[in-house]
Amino acid sequence: MMFHWRWDFTYEILPRLMWATVNTLIAAGAGYAIALVLGLILALAQRTNWKPLTFVVREFVEFIRSTPLVLQIFFVFYVGPQFGVRLSPWTSGMIAIGLHYSAYLSEVYRAGIEAVPRGQWEACRALNMSTADTYLRIIIPQALPPSVAGMGNYLVGIFKDTPMLSVIGVAELMHTANAIGAENYRFLEPYTMVGVIFLAISLPTAGLVRLFEGWLRRKLGL
Amino acid sequence: MDMSAFPLELPETDRPMVRFMNVTKSYGRLVVLDQLNLDIAAGEMVSIIGPSGSGKTTVLRMLMTLETINGGVIYVDGKPLTHMAKGGKLVPADERYLRMMRSSIGMCFQHFNLFPHMTALQNCMEGPVQVLGLSKQEARERSEELLSLVGMIAKKDQHPSRLSGGQQQRVAIARALAMRPKVMLFDEVTSALDPEVIGEVTNVIRKLVAEHNLTMLMVTHQMGFAHDISDRVCFFFGGKIEEQGPPDILFGAPQRDRTKQFLSAVKEAH
Repeated sequence: MMFHWRWDFTYEILPRLMWATVNTLIAAGAGYAIALVLGLILALAQRTNWKPLTFVVREFVEFIRSTPLVLQIFFVFYVGPQFGVRLSPWTSGMIAIGLHYSAYLSEVYRAGIEAVPRGQWEACRALNMSTADTYLRIIIPQALPPSVAGMGNYLVGIFKDTPMLSVIGVAELMHTANAIGAENYRFLEPYTMVGVIFLAISLPTAGLVRLFEGWLRRKLGL
Repeated sequence: MDMSAFPLELPETDRPMVRFMNVTKSYGRLVVLDQLNLDIAAGEMVSIIGPSGSGKTTVLRMLMTLETINGGVIYVDGKPLTHMAKGGKLVPADERYLRMMRSSIGMCFQHFNLFPHMTALQNCMEGPVQVLGLSKQEARERSEELLSLVGMIAKKDQHPSRLSGGQQQRVAIARALAMRPKVMLFDEVTSALDPEVIGEVTNVIRKLVAEHNLTMLMVTHQMGFAHDISDRVCFFFGGKIEEQGPPDILFGAPQRDRTKQFLSAVKEAH
């Protein structure tokens, strides 16, 4: 009977799945790091007065948000080499996923920055602060706490999207579960365990994000 | 616009601390200030009164370079503020020039605009450290001295959210003074305050007028306060100065009908 759950098989494949989990976390973490930094750059670029730049960035963000992640992953990995950009599956995957989420995060940052009252900008101006100091010391610290919830959502989102990297052969959880299933003709245990592992990581992450938000607000005295 | 009518610099003999020369400001077709001419001498305290929409606040915001102007030139201490000399002509000032000129001016706002993630002391130290390049030690000494002046030294480690409106405004005054401006601007600094705390802010300004030789420009709805401390009061109406003069005359014996109407309307409201 194929629906019979085999614990011995589950224990046997667990170490492999755990290693794959580490890979998944690395992919999600690296992708998220790229997205955090690039997203901020995109958000700030949209706030400059230089119209061509804001237009290009705006359209780039819209393009990324309107096309599927899988297509973007394929594009970086398979089309890149035609332009002389030859990247490993890992690098391609992290760039694609980081790029994809940077578009979403830039919107989160943008909303956070726009939520800072105009009076704060004017106070900076009246104190004759430079644009860099205004952003780094006054605006971004205030834009951060209201952005944390959105940033947390996308952290969980990027983690849940890492299975997409299996399509170009990144050895993350989904890819490993597929391999185990194909080798043993048993898919019930590997897939179930993948679900359990995702759940076990996503749920606490959401809670931790909320704790972090509260801590940040207290630390900033807001 | 022909800029040749405006000097690159005001002559030594005719150099008020602030000069608005034919300054015009409009938003689209709405003219907020129409060919404004106004001199403020060094050390003078000038109050601006008038109905809402008369352009009072815009005068301060232009001087703080929070608004650009559409015509004319503003001079501060003899040098153009809104423009800069380039090739023997006045051209609109760029950000670098503005940063140089802006350091002579400080401003306090109706809604205080303190930085909420910093304590009172940090608010005061921010400008001196980041902009003037003072050491933390120097900035702290300067800030603590000013917080004492405004009576807020006991609350120096509190964040703005823990302070009342009057207390926040006093910190904001200290923060602006910490930059050692030549000209201080007060934009309706008591309008957002509860009646019982207005006195604590006006008393600080009274003290500044009495003890410091600052040039001050204040927009206010507190007629009694404006009367007490001003060297001169300007009544704005429809984007122009309708009438100006020493407070005793402007409040005691106004000449123009609009001034009389405004003052009696204000008196009735109180």
